[in-house]
Amino acid sequence: MAASDNEEMDFEEPQVKGKRKKKDNKAESGKKRLKEKDAEMEQLQSTSNGDINTESCFPPTFSVSDIKNKQRRHFMFMKLKQQKKKEKSDLKKKRKREREALGDKAPPKPIPKTIENQRVFDETVVNPEDDEVALDEGTDEFSSYFNRLTNPKILITTSDRPRGRTVRFCEQLATVIPDSHVYYRRGLALKKIIPQCVARDFTYLIVVNEDRKVPNGLVLCHLPNGPTAHFKVSNVRLRKEMKRRGKDPSEHVPEVILNNFTTRLGHSIGRMFASLFPHDPNFIGRQVATFHNQRDYIFFRFHRYIFKNEKKVGLQELGPRFTLKLRSLQKGTFDSKFGEYEWVHKRHEMDSCRRKFHL
Amino acid sequence: LRTKTQNFCRNEYSLTGQCNRSSCPLANSQYATIKEEKGQCFLYMKVIERAAFPSRLWEKVKLSKNYEKALEQIDTNLIYWPRFIRHKCKQRFTKITQYLIRIRKLTLKRQRKLVPLSRKVERREKRREEKALVAAQLDNAIEKELLERLKQGTYGDIYNFPAHAFEKALDNQEPESETDSEEEEENEDADDGHREFVEADIDESDLSDFEEMNKLKGSSDEEGSSEEEESEMEEEAEKEAVCSTSKGKKSKGKAPIKGPFRKKRAYVEIEYEHEIEPAVKERAT
Repeated sequence: MAASDNEEMDFEEPQVKGKRKKKDNKAESGKKRLKEKDAEMEQLQSTSNGDINTESCFPPTFSVSDIKNKQRRHFMFMKLKQQKKKEKSDLKKKRKREREALGDKAPPKPIPKTIENQRVFDETVVNPEDDEVALDEGTDEFSSYFNRLTNPKILITTSDRPRGRTVRFCEQLATVIPDSHVYYRRGLALKKIIPQCVARDFTYLIVVNEDRKVPNGLVLCHLPNGPTAHFKVSNVRLRKEMKRRGKDPSEHVPEVILNNFTTRLGHSIGRMFASLFPHDPNFIGRQVATFHNQRDYIFFRFHRYIFKNEKKVGLQELGPRFTLKLRSLQKGTFDSKFGEYEWVHKRHEMDSCRRKFHL
Repeated sequence: LRTKTQNFCRNEYSLTGQCNRSSCPLANSQYATIKEEKGQCFLYMKVIERAAFPSRLWEKVKLSKNYEKALEQIDTNLIYWPRFIRHKCKQRFTKITQYLIRIRKLTLKRQRKLVPLSRKVERREKRREEKALVAAQLDNAIEKELLERLKQGTYGDIYNFPAHAFEKALDNQEPESETDSEEEEENEDADDGHREFVEADIDESDLSDFEEMNKLKGSSDEEGSSEEEESEMEEEAEKEAVCSTSKGKKSKGKAPIKGPFRKKRAYVEIEYEHEIEPAVKERAT
């Protein structure tokens, strides 16, 4: 029995070997068909006939994508992937063993790469002590606000014929931003209402654009000939859709948090947001409006906070939330045809690199 | 072109849009239409005498921009023509002028511009937004910012943890909870009191001779269990030996505090009345 087993095994092995050889031959013949270097072919044949398991001796110019036959190509690719995986896991295990062996003396773990870490260096990142920037900000359009010369007064309106969601969104925005008024637009041209607004001392004009019954754009125009920013609005959540929300925001002036506005452009947008709100927040109200910039998306949240103790804050979200993405920044007031654009989002240039952000 | 109820005529010179025997430009040898080109209306006429000259078949007359004058022009040109054609021409002309007026009015108003959205781009942006949201960790960021503002004192004196400013100035430590810092304060005060009294004893005797220490301590004003005294001793030793670290105090300070500190509390309260009392209330609630 044993003998017969052995014989069977002997039978099998050559068969298996034969199959492997066949596959080798197929791969080689595949290469042959590509008319690779013949000398190397012969060499390969001689070597691979002898040793079956290592099929890594291919000519250096060979790549898996050169095999025309889909099945074979797939097979070779899978093998390549498995090999790479194996190498990677071996390396990992080795490193782990080393780390354990070293114990306390092990070097600190390397910092994982994140998109924020890998961000392409942007030369317009603002240095906090930059003099030029400070000078610019002292004389730009928001300086009057920051010098407390003007108080913000905001007009919120929509595009024509707003639907329910947009209307409610505007109302909620009006409660969040103190001293803001919602007016409906019945076919009025923006260019005509701008001088009227200026005459009535408004500092800001917000136009919420609507598409398919949902707000999807926001034009933020600083009024006395200030810059106009056009944003894409997404993920609007109205107040009643918020989980665990509290009561409605009170009339207290909220604080403002601006996070992560690093570049020059980001800085000016940040100042724009800051000048939406009056200067002196009522700390009694304990409300905070946050504009958090992450990878060019600005997240707006409105919370009520409470300090539980020195180290812990409790946050309760009330008020709408939405995200903005800057589409364009224009120098003067809203003028789509003749405006001088300071920054426009150009999709093909700016979206191609995944590690490059502008705000 | 045939629909269920109507036949439409596709000929460009058709007067009415329907395909009838009476209103077909091909079927009638004498025919007239009004056509509009770039805001200008023209009267086209076809007569049988020119049927042999197809290139000269249609006679084009420019109509005046004034509505009434144009109507008169039509009348004079189509004099002696069948009533049907005349009537239909005038009707057509009226309709054309009306829609021209409407176009002019609309172009003055704001036009709605349709911007095409690329589905691929929208999906990409949506995906990136979700990832950015996850990476942002908004709640943590907001909390951190608020705590920093609290530390920097932008809130002034509204909140009841101002004593910590002292602590931070004194010890380079992470911010502690209220109770701990209170204990620390009390500890320090108590220890200060202790030090003056007990230090000499320590110098003389070994730290390990706790029994002796107990006896010595028994004579002191502060009474407490031996454990407390020991831990206090250890505390003092620690304090003397090492720059104060809160952790040591915290672990050992909590237990013994109650005994002697109850007595000391009066002392402490006198000095820091305003700050500690409300904190005490908080602890109670």
